[in-house]
Amino acid sequence: MRYRTFAKLTAAALAAAAIVAAPAAVQAEKMKVGFVYVGPIGDHGWSYQHHQGLLAVKKAFGDKVETTHVENVPEGPDAERVTRQLAQQGHSIIFTTSFGFMNPTIKVAKQFPKVKFEHCSGFKRAKNVATYNIRYYEGRYVNGVIAGKMTKSNTIGYIASFPIPEVVRGINAAYLGAKSVNPNVKFKIVWVSTWFDPGKEADAAKALADQGADVIFQHTDSPAAMKLAEQRGISAIGQASNMKAFGPKAQLAAAVNNWGPYVVARVKAVMDGTWKSTDTWGGIGAGMLNIASVHERIPADVRKQAAKVQADIASGKFHPFTGPLNKQDGKQFLKAGERASDGLLAGMNFYVQGIEGSLPK
Amino acid sequence: MELVVNILLGIVIAATPLVFAAIGELVVEKSGVLNLGVEGMMIVGAIAGFSVTIQTGNYLAGVVAALVAGALMALLFGVLTQTLLANQVATGLALTMFGLGLAALWGQDYSGKAAGNFPKLDIPVLSDLPLVGKLLFGQDYLVYLSILLVVGVSWFFRKTRGGLIIRAIGENHDAAHAIGYPVVFYRYLTLLFGGACAGLGGAYLSVVQTPFWAEGMTAGRGWIALALVVFAAWRPGRALLGAYLFGGITILQLHSQGFGVKVEAQYLSMLPYLATIAVLVIISSDRLKVKLNAPACLTQPFRAAT
Repeated sequence: MRYRTFAKLTAAALAAAAIVAAPAAVQAEKMKVGFVYVGPIGDHGWSYQHHQGLLAVKKAFGDKVETTHVENVPEGPDAERVTRQLAQQGHSIIFTTSFGFMNPTIKVAKQFPKVKFEHCSGFKRAKNVATYNIRYYEGRYVNGVIAGKMTKSNTIGYIASFPIPEVVRGINAAYLGAKSVNPNVKFKIVWVSTWFDPGKEADAAKALADQGADVIFQHTDSPAAMKLAEQRGISAIGQASNMKAFGPKAQLAAAVNNWGPYVVARVKAVMDGTWKSTDTWGGIGAGMLNIASVHERIPADVRKQAAKVQADIASGKFHPFTGPLNKQDGKQFLKAGERASDGLLAGMNFYVQGIEGSLPK
Repeated sequence: MELVVNILLGIVIAATPLVFAAIGELVVEKSGVLNLGVEGMMIVGAIAGFSVTIQTGNYLAGVVAALVAGALMALLFGVLTQTLLANQVATGLALTMFGLGLAALWGQDYSGKAAGNFPKLDIPVLSDLPLVGKLLFGQDYLVYLSILLVVGVSWFFRKTRGGLIIRAIGENHDAAHAIGYPVVFYRYLTLLFGGACAGLGGAYLSVVQTPFWAEGMTAGRGWIALALVVFAAWRPGRALLGAYLFGGITILQLHSQGFGVKVEAQYLSMLPYLATIAVLVIISSDRLKVKLNAPACLTQPFRAAT
């Protein structure tokens, strides 16, 4: 989910200009595939990873497809305009990749019943609109295990953006993962009220490091925290994409979004005429989330343990939210052995027991 | 105690980009020009400083590039508003949008790269003093430059002929013109200075604070710098104070969350802005004083009578 708050003043003009012109000689049988991104491909995070999905489509189908992408599309009226333009240009399938594109996508889809739409991270569907997202919390649990093992101060810092279920779920998953291997672990959580403000993210990471955190998680978009961890000689977990360039020593591991397999499968379905409106929430098992570049300085037994947890989550043998689990106030929300339903996860608005501090409402 | 020093260090780093941008804009406004393009000049300075630092591996070259890039942006503003007499508010807003777009274009090949650590002052013995050593004698060079700049600007306006001329132009450009001062020339000079300072403020963010390039990374700091100038009632010393107050509250609220202070995070995030508004209200409660402080010719175009 991306509630982008920072104003993209230029975006209106840019979006219009950025429609990548279709190559001249278009063969009739080429299928057109469109992507709408909220950020620049160069964000090395969210939109960058979506663009890797586009590249996967190109690789998989070669000459049979023609891809178009539009970057920096602000959530709102511009998104609708850009999406409609793509539909008018004869794209057979259009991927709109930000939460705020949900309503524009639904609106345009009504006007183009023959075009297939794929909206990432939303919850509204239609006959020609499917939704897809990743179970990021699975990666956070695995990385929590690594962080719990690697922390020496038993203090893990967490830079959070906004108190929405997706972020809260991530904090809980990371905490449960860390707690499962280290009963003394403590989480310090700092809410920065932004998805993207490198300066403030760096300040937050600094504050956490000053207060003794030696592993830092983040649920914001820039690599500022990773870079700071590198400077301070502490550790951090990469978010959304591999941030190794910013923390060659600091990055313990990164949870990397992998949209390729899903996107390729959906394009194939349109080609074969088997496309249906579906709701996909895939995780490690579906290959949509990878734990990448686990650092070699992590002891072998820890790496092995994390790999085992990862494999168990992938195979469905283990679920990060398995009871007995209590809310922060001590009330049980999952009985022993019970697994959290997708509905519960989708609306998670509480900390699990053991996390200190109050969750902003 | 160690933690207190670390918090103070954090405040200095958070405040320094604001100090640069605000002191530059203050000088511009003193000459009677309002340049709302601070955000745009900052972000162009950020990418200029970062890209040149990466290319040359030389921090000084990066700093110079940021100064030049910011000044060039301001020159564009100057040509439009001083020579072609375009509306300053509209041109300033356009400059911000232009700067954000230009920086994004320029920065395409630089996202995903990281710079090293900016050199810091290192005086044997002094910098190694416990507690105060790092704070007083161990900052990066730009921090000292920002403070020198504030002192210099303050001195310039109080004690020099040039400062007096610029103030006169800001208060009454017709009178200044009548006694023979080249109004537009001086305004170009202040604009170039303001642009260079804004560019340096942006570069501080991309070369020292984070240090990497990301699109839109100034995240509204240019607008805060503009507010700080009013906050400071156009006095350099107060602009410095305002920047440190703003940076201080930002850092303290992050720390208080880490300590688990039981206040909702949103309120804490609002604090720096609330504090700025509160001070603005207090300052502007005395109308006469505001009128006395604000340059009388602010935003007014100057057309030389022939």
